[in-house]
Amino acid sequence: MMQKGALNVEKIRMDFPILKRKVSGGKQLVYLDNAATTQKPLAVIDAIRDYYMNYNSNIHRAVHQLAEEATIAFESTREKVAKFINAKSTEEIIFTRNATEALNLVAYSWGRANVKKDDKIVITEIEHHSNIVPWQILTTEKGAKLEYIGVDDNGYLKMHEYKGHLDSNKVKLVSVSHMSNVLGTIVPVSDIIKMSHEKGIPVLIDGAQSVPHMAVDVQKMNCDFMAFSAHKMLGPTGVGILYVRRDILEKMPPFMGGGDMIKEVHKYETRYNDLPYRFEGGTPNIADVIGFGAAIDYLNNLGMDKVREHEMELTWYAIDRISRVKGVTLYGPRNMNDRGGVVSFNIGDIHPHDLATIMNDHGVAIRSGHHCAQVLMERLDVAATSRASFYIYNTKQEIDTFIGALEEARRLFKI
Amino acid sequence: MSDDIYREIILDHYRNPRNKGKLPDADVSIHDSNPLCGDEIDIHLKVDGDKIKDIRFEGRGCAISQASASMLTEMVAGKPLTSVKDLNKNDILESIGLMNLGPARIKCALLSLKVLKLGMVKYYAERDPASAKKLQEDSKGL
Repeated sequence: MMQKGALNVEKIRMDFPILKRKVSGGKQLVYLDNAATTQKPLAVIDAIRDYYMNYNSNIHRAVHQLAEEATIAFESTREKVAKFINAKSTEEIIFTRNATEALNLVAYSWGRANVKKDDKIVITEIEHHSNIVPWQILTTEKGAKLEYIGVDDNGYLKMHEYKGHLDSNKVKLVSVSHMSNVLGTIVPVSDIIKMSHEKGIPVLIDGAQSVPHMAVDVQKMNCDFMAFSAHKMLGPTGVGILYVRRDILEKMPPFMGGGDMIKEVHKYETRYNDLPYRFEGGTPNIADVIGFGAAIDYLNNLGMDKVREHEMELTWYAIDRISRVKGVTLYGPRNMNDRGGVVSFNIGDIHPHDLATIMNDHGVAIRSGHHCAQVLMERLDVAATSRASFYIYNTKQEIDTFIGALEEARRLFKI
Repeated sequence: MSDDIYREIILDHYRNPRNKGKLPDADVSIHDSNPLCGDEIDIHLKVDGDKIKDIRFEGRGCAISQASASMLTEMVAGKPLTSVKDLNKNDILESIGLMNLGPARIKCALLSLKVLKLGMVKYYAERDPASAKKLQEDSKGL
């Protein structure tokens, strides 16, 4: 059946071999766990294979041809990343293992140098554990304070609380998610950054859930730091990105010492390498960075505005259908402009893990649990939620299958 | 397969758990959770001689974890505390009638037995450290 929409999904699906898989004794896979990680198109798999088959070698050092080819391929991904988020230069793009390591890099390098006793770091109740724990470690070490912007019952941040924190004149850093991985809330980051900058306070944006799903422009947004992960946007696991505005990055002490981050090493002193290499100690994940380049090409070919449009259409359809199922509680904003392609819910007294087991019998992969957001779970007063999350290859028919499985769960549990 | 798992007996124990609640003046209380699922179980024991005189559990989590905790309390109430060491995976899976659980969900089913074994070891550790050590060895391999 032809899908009339922003993307040619039928054509896209042909690029993802895994979507043909059968699971649970012959059921067609319906993959709705994209906020955890997305599937990979052949172009990405082939790029990694091509590197290992044809020009595997270490980068930045050797002068032989393979090393040169590998270095060019590796660095071309950096250029693609810079362009994708509209960074001013490639020197502002640092490769890490994942978004978590990118957030920790800021905490360990910038945080240790700048946060002192009685200072405050402001985060929100919707944060992923990766944007909570590094700040707990840092504030404990420094005798500083961690403050939260609360979330209201509709999934929106309480901006008056944010203003209160800023007015204390103790805040050193604000670190917020661009999009909640549970509620789907798209946070008004431009307002947050504007308010913070009026006080001269830098802002870190956790873009793990936003960069894969919408056009993000770091210059327009005017953030100081941004972290995100390749594997949530068609790329391989093991590659994260940290963007840092140049004037801040220049003053940051190195994070990990070792090869590649140095210019000269003597017995008791070292001259560090230029940006961004100063922050990339050791041999990086060359193959997967190259694979990530192919992922960015793929997304650029589709167009990020089209990606967002497709996801809004699916999310709207999913919310409309789920909300008609008896016994369902939905979480997060109801206005589609304020949310991304993530739908969290509970149904009756069915625990999300039981629901996920029933879904799995129908071939439907959803996520269940606390989604690494236990602070938010406590705020919502639930132990766990079920979550369906969408991407470029998902269809309304797949959502219909998901709804069928949900009805089956309701029948089994007699709700 | 879901039809097999979520049978009447599981749903009955999930919705009407036996021996659920606090136990004032318990001789030993122990808590553990399953980080993967967030299932939580507390078990409280009142011990008379070496017999489990009273047992209560508290917890929250999926139907499998809560129903197996409920069934486990019925299984061991009145039995010698040391007999807990002989209970194994199959005893639990047989009693709840789920022999074919996948590796992720099996942890849900076995959480309460894990907690009960920890409770047994803790009880003796406070009274008879030498036998506690042996019990700990004997009850390995869940």
